[in-house]
Amino acid sequence: MKNAIGHELSPELMKSLGLQLHETAEKKDTATLQERLQHNGKLMPSLEDAIRAAGLKDGMTVSFHHHFRDGDYVLNNVVATISKMGYKDITVASSSLSNAHGPLVQYIKDGTVTALQSSGCRGKLADAISKCEVELKQPVIFRSHGGRAAAIANGSLHIDIAFLGVASCDALGNASGTNAEGESMCGSLGYARVDARYADKVVLLTERLAAYPNLPASIPATDVDYVVKVDAIGDSSKISSGATRYTKNPRDLMIAETAAKAIMASGYFKDGFSIQTGSGGAALAVTRFIEGEMGEKGITADFALGGITSQIVKLHEQGLVKKVLDVQGFDGEAARSIRDNANHVEIDGNQYASPFNEGSAIHQLDVVILSALEIDTQFNVNVLTGSDGIIRGAIGGHPDTAACAALTVIVSPLIRGRIPCMVDHVGCLITEGSVCDVLVTDVGIAVNPNRPEVEQRLRAAGLNIKTIQQLRDEAYAVVGKPDALAFGDKVVAVVTDPKGKALDVIYNVKA
Amino acid sequence: MELLKAGMAGTVESGDILVEVEKTGASGVEIALDSTVMGLYGRQIREVIEKTVAECGVSGVKVTASDKGALDCTIRARVKTAILRACDSSDYGWTVK
Repeated sequence: MKNAIGHELSPELMKSLGLQLHETAEKKDTATLQERLQHNGKLMPSLEDAIRAAGLKDGMTVSFHHHFRDGDYVLNNVVATISKMGYKDITVASSSLSNAHGPLVQYIKDGTVTALQSSGCRGKLADAISKCEVELKQPVIFRSHGGRAAAIANGSLHIDIAFLGVASCDALGNASGTNAEGESMCGSLGYARVDARYADKVVLLTERLAAYPNLPASIPATDVDYVVKVDAIGDSSKISSGATRYTKNPRDLMIAETAAKAIMASGYFKDGFSIQTGSGGAALAVTRFIEGEMGEKGITADFALGGITSQIVKLHEQGLVKKVLDVQGFDGEAARSIRDNANHVEIDGNQYASPFNEGSAIHQLDVVILSALEIDTQFNVNVLTGSDGIIRGAIGGHPDTAACAALTVIVSPLIRGRIPCMVDHVGCLITEGSVCDVLVTDVGIAVNPNRPEVEQRLRAAGLNIKTIQQLRDEAYAVVGKPDALAFGDKVVAVVTDPKGKALDVIYNVKA
Repeated sequence: MELLKAGMAGTVESGDILVEVEKTGASGVEIALDSTVMGLYGRQIREVIEKTVAECGVSGVKVTASDKGALDCTIRARVKTAILRACDSSDYGWTVK
């Protein structure tokens, strides 16, 4: 076999090297940039066309991101279209599911969707799953954010087609969560970037087709197969709601202030430290109570990590936090800042929380403040199921960060209404007690017995230290000792640990 | 005391319980309870209602309660007030426990 200049390319040699022989290209495309943008092979006239082009088949796994949280339109829109086109037996693997996703109930009932994987689930969909009002072919698999990113990267969660809503992208797929105006600006696309990189096919949905090149991009065009313009991808005003709200609740603020004091006394509040505040009013508000002390003592943080709020942005813009590592924006300020501040950096789910690589940011974390729905006397934390046993939360980065931070602080009120937050045994195991160091409540602080040095420092600072059993007893003294819930015998969900190993199961509740 | 009419106390606000009492032909206490914390505290709420009705010295009562996570002290107060209203009584017997 001779090539164009007469050199022999032996088929045996090429075969032994695993190389195919070059084929001369067809006539090259000589259209102009503007002409090509009009006629490229990626921009699809409709979502149906994109779904067909991406090769969706019954039984496949499709994925979504939850950067719009309760304001997401993309998942419902895509699943409704898939249903209308007649596909069945689809697995929906979203980075999380929120109150916005109640419509999935009908697409599970009509057989379009038969399996779910997510970080969490809330509202009507979660109710239907917990009460066995919908039938899935297997239990829901819940993963942490780090666990999901790692599972996608190592192939244990294989995504056939990712459908990702982006604030803007060009006709080739250079996509941004921030280069846009108003409603559709969600900020970081950290979780979506993992899907874009590893999914077999990637379809972007955008309401704003930007001029080429739409750079800097969160998702590069080389990770994208198809682009569709749609009317709306989400309502960013709903990002900062529920768990990501800016709290004015006095009890939340009191807990946050106490947590800030505990952190300042813990031995980890030093120049060059690193910090993450998890979702939940009190946890996010801790930032507001360490700000003054940082300024006074000349302490700056080398980085703040995670879901990013206006409260973190404020510290960054005051020079108190050098770098902001942002996997997910919790409000409009975070979205603006990632666009405008060079040291507010977008990171993907694996850079954030891969359990398998010491280079992920959680491994460099000094302090993390996390919320809880329930804590038991072994310091185990539940953030997924409610006191009635019904799924109503999300794992998020809870176990990822708790396991890696040098100091893991859990914040929770003693009781919520008549519901005790300190219990004998959590209803669902999400984060193991051995990694939860300090519990801050509105009536006192408990320190894990495996961190006696931290307890000593908090006592020396004059903080009100109790045992976790005392806190449980105080809760029960007010609301009474709860009876055990009656569960059914069907496993409706499985909880995995960050490395993807089974940690707990969730049974159906008796309706 | 004797129930003269239906009586009501409480609200459907979070942390409260709305209690309605009415006379039945039969003896004893009939309870229709709906609660946001049914699984954890339903049994205990029923006990508190029954005990409070008994303490008021009435029987042949149907109690319909819609609970939004009220504490026992609230439940006792609402049940007692509903019964006193049904009996047209203002014999509250204020005490400090």
